[in-house]
Amino acid sequence: MIWFVAGMLLTALSGVPGLFADRFGRGGERLACLLVLAGTASATGGVIAALASGAPALLTRPWSVPGGELALRLDPLAALFILPLCLVVGGGAVYGLGYWPQRDHPGNGRRFRLFYGLLGAAMMLVLAADNSLLFLFSWEVMAVAAFFLVTTEQERAEARRAGFIYLVTAHAGALALFAMFALLAQETGSLHFPAAASLAGGSATLLFLLGLFGFGFKAGLMPLHIWLPIAHAAAPSHASALLSGIVLKTGIYGLLRLTSFFAVIPAWWGWTVLLLGVVSGVFGVALALAQHDLKRLLAYHSVENIGIITIGIGLALLGRSFGMSELTLLGMSGALLHVVNHGLFKSLLFFSAGSVVHATGSREIDHYGGLLRQQPWTAVCFLGGAVAICGLPPFNGFVSEWLIYLAAFGASRGEGLSLRLAVLAAPALALIGGLAVACFVKVFGVTFLGAPRSAAAAAVHHDAAPSMRGPMLTLLLACAWIGLLPGTLAPLLQSAVATWVMPAKAVSLAAPLAPLPLVGATGWVLLIYLAGLGWWLHRRTRQAPRDVSTWGCGYVAPTPRMQYTASSFADSLVSQFRFGLWTERHGGKVKGLFPATGEFASHTPDAVLDRALLPGFRRLARGCSWLRARVQNGRVPTYLLYVALTLLILLIVTAR
Amino acid sequence: MEMLARTALHLTLLLLFAPLLQGVIVRTKALFAGRVGAPLLQPYYDLARLLRKECVFSRTTTWVFLAGPAAGVAVPILAALFMPFGALPAPIAFTGDLLLFVYLFGVARFFTVASALDTGSSFEGMGGAREVTFACLAEPIVLFCLIVLACIADAMSLTALLGPHLAATWRGPAGLSLGLVVVCLLVVLLVENSRIPFDDPNTHLELTMIHEVMVLDHSGPPFAMVLYGAALKLMVLGAPIVRLLLPVNTGFWVVDALVFLGGMLLLAVLVGVIESIMARLKLVRIPQVLIGTTMLSGFALVLVLR
Repeated sequence: MIWFVAGMLLTALSGVPGLFADRFGRGGERLACLLVLAGTASATGGVIAALASGAPALLTRPWSVPGGELALRLDPLAALFILPLCLVVGGGAVYGLGYWPQRDHPGNGRRFRLFYGLLGAAMMLVLAADNSLLFLFSWEVMAVAAFFLVTTEQERAEARRAGFIYLVTAHAGALALFAMFALLAQETGSLHFPAAASLAGGSATLLFLLGLFGFGFKAGLMPLHIWLPIAHAAAPSHASALLSGIVLKTGIYGLLRLTSFFAVIPAWWGWTVLLLGVVSGVFGVALALAQHDLKRLLAYHSVENIGIITIGIGLALLGRSFGMSELTLLGMSGALLHVVNHGLFKSLLFFSAGSVVHATGSREIDHYGGLLRQQPWTAVCFLGGAVAICGLPPFNGFVSEWLIYLAAFGASRGEGLSLRLAVLAAPALALIGGLAVACFVKVFGVTFLGAPRSAAAAAVHHDAAPSMRGPMLTLLLACAWIGLLPGTLAPLLQSAVATWVMPAKAVSLAAPLAPLPLVGATGWVLLIYLAGLGWWLHRRTRQAPRDVSTWGCGYVAPTPRMQYTASSFADSLVSQFRFGLWTERHGGKVKGLFPATGEFASHTPDAVLDRALLPGFRRLARGCSWLRARVQNGRVPTYLLYVALTLLILLIVTAR
Repeated sequence: MEMLARTALHLTLLLLFAPLLQGVIVRTKALFAGRVGAPLLQPYYDLARLLRKECVFSRTTTWVFLAGPAAGVAVPILAALFMPFGALPAPIAFTGDLLLFVYLFGVARFFTVASALDTGSSFEGMGGAREVTFACLAEPIVLFCLIVLACIADAMSLTALLGPHLAATWRGPAGLSLGLVVVCLLVVLLVENSRIPFDDPNTHLELTMIHEVMVLDHSGPPFAMVLYGAALKLMVLGAPIVRLLLPVNTGFWVVDALVFLGGMLLLAVLVGVIESIMARLKLVRIPQVLIGTTMLSGFALVLVLR
């Protein structure tokens, strides 16, 4: 535990020495990176030591805040969230040396590193807190630190807007959490977190709804996901990786911690969560498909993956309501493993996307093309992340989705039709998976393959710097490790699920996880096989001429601009989702026999933020100003009337 | 030891027999059109010829261009190890292998489309876009069918799903669901293997192609692998339909293998007949047909769950 606390403090203070360093020097950023690395390594050591001891590690110190207590607790559930956090925070710090060097960003580099370390440490504290006040305190520190990361480039209007919307949503969520923890304290009589499965009855429903709202905002569940796309797009890439890979997961963690308190789970909780998961998953990936801003697209994929995680949680909750321990075990272990997996492959994708953005200076996918030749390392890392996020073997995404599928199939064996309908989560997952493949094949193909589509892409002549490449390769290895050796994580998953809820029946994850080595072996065989066939093909075709142009069906002067773009690739699928996306199209109409130069643009704004909330609030504001104009119309008789009416009402009120 | 023998038998059947199905389909179509048609073994000659040929690469292509054909061959071979061939059980079976089966084909699709985009041709991009669109819509159908079969068998491995109980199920109340599943799987087979009415493998206009246009730039040995992979895929995806329609367990592996091969030939004839008597659907109609098929598979599930 002491190592964990030390690591947390080191990470929190990592940016402080840099504040006194030279504005253009490299010393400050190197020291900060070293401190973050030392901090995350120490915290990882602390967590592993706590896991090895078998019992949750506890630390309790008095705190002068009334009701507050410096209570920390490291159990397997928290550990599953903290371990990827340490990897991503440490990796991001190294990545930042190449991506956001101080000499290129003298204005905001030091501030960025200060809040980067603070965010990492605050998240560690959130995940380890065992007291409501401590939790809320660290939650707020996390929210504010993340705000400063989003607004790193505050001179740009886009970043300021993203920061503002993020701050509003973060505090709307936090407000619900304040109410929830106050209610919880009233229920238990203490601000200390109650033990698992100890709460019964009372205001459970209200607690659940408040928690779902508050944590759902942070996690980015579908109608509450509004801050994600703009914030992820505006922040520097390694901050986006942290936001998407880890910060969202604190919302999931909160939801899990909260639901673990209750002894009885009504069935409709599970259904609500499951439904929210399906909506987030399907619409998240459909919106992602329609985007042509690389980082915005990745942000919508976070919504999709949070949806997949939530489907797993929903199935696990249903398993608890209906007393099906196997369902609980499979759903929850799938959700938890997907939390880890998404943390790894989404950070990997943001890192490699950052490398592309860094090289081309643009986030538009349609401005890239042919980058694989100049950036082979970035391309391989992005490809690995893309295969993993699509849930394809042999990478890690498949293993967690497979567990959730097993849970959904298991629901079909339940008693009663009401539970068996949960099996419909499986086709929904299949649809999500198919759309994800479509989306990532689009991104990978348009970004790295083909010919350069813009002058900027053609001018790229360097791959990611070694300091950026190292973290990407580490994350790629971690993804491959979970995909190829999934059995190694089974004990940790089992104990984490047991922390969430002690199963009624003694079910073991060993039986359902027994085929996992076979899954891993299939992955190995596939890899070896592909490599062998590819090598044979390569040898066989080494002599082949490589200086002809692509077959243009008879057209002899093709240009790179004639390639299929990201929007045209996605168009046939996006048009299937017309009812939820409302893509805007401008131009593209050809007039006359000899049309002049034309143009076409398509844009898919966010369905909730840009279609409902912003117009709604704008209309509300207009209504209020209309009312004010009527009330305060500048005519003296009206004001006299107000005075008379007020007096009259006061007279009536006081007359009684 | 037994597993090795089974794997060997499975792979022998698959690797030797798959191209013959293509020959049978072409021959059936020729007979319908009143022509003599190519020899049944023509696909083998084609493969041998392509393997001897040299190939040409566009200057925009990279190593990804070769990953498509490689995955196209590797995936069906690997997936076949989970799929029972008629009454011959799959060499590898475990709870949940059906998902691995489905997702392995996702890997093949990913790399096939990526290698199409690698050429930078708008035609191949168009083909790739169509391919992923229809695959997205076909994937829920497959899952619905698998859930129906899993509910009937109360198991979760392909060997158990397509076990000896099917003969009795056809006569039972779940027979109707099985019938719907067969129809849905047939639609998926035609879509995934780019057959009429969804795609025409013999069309000569690039604008109307789906799968063929993605492999326009492949030549020589890589193109041989593309063709061979397509043949393997047809056989692996056809196997469950044959098993559902011919749930015969004789107990002798030679007879079982012959029954399966006979069933596959009949399936190939059926595909040929469909290709001969149906016109191609308009591209905009295909998603509608697929969504309709999803509804059909949903009905099958409702009938089982009720």
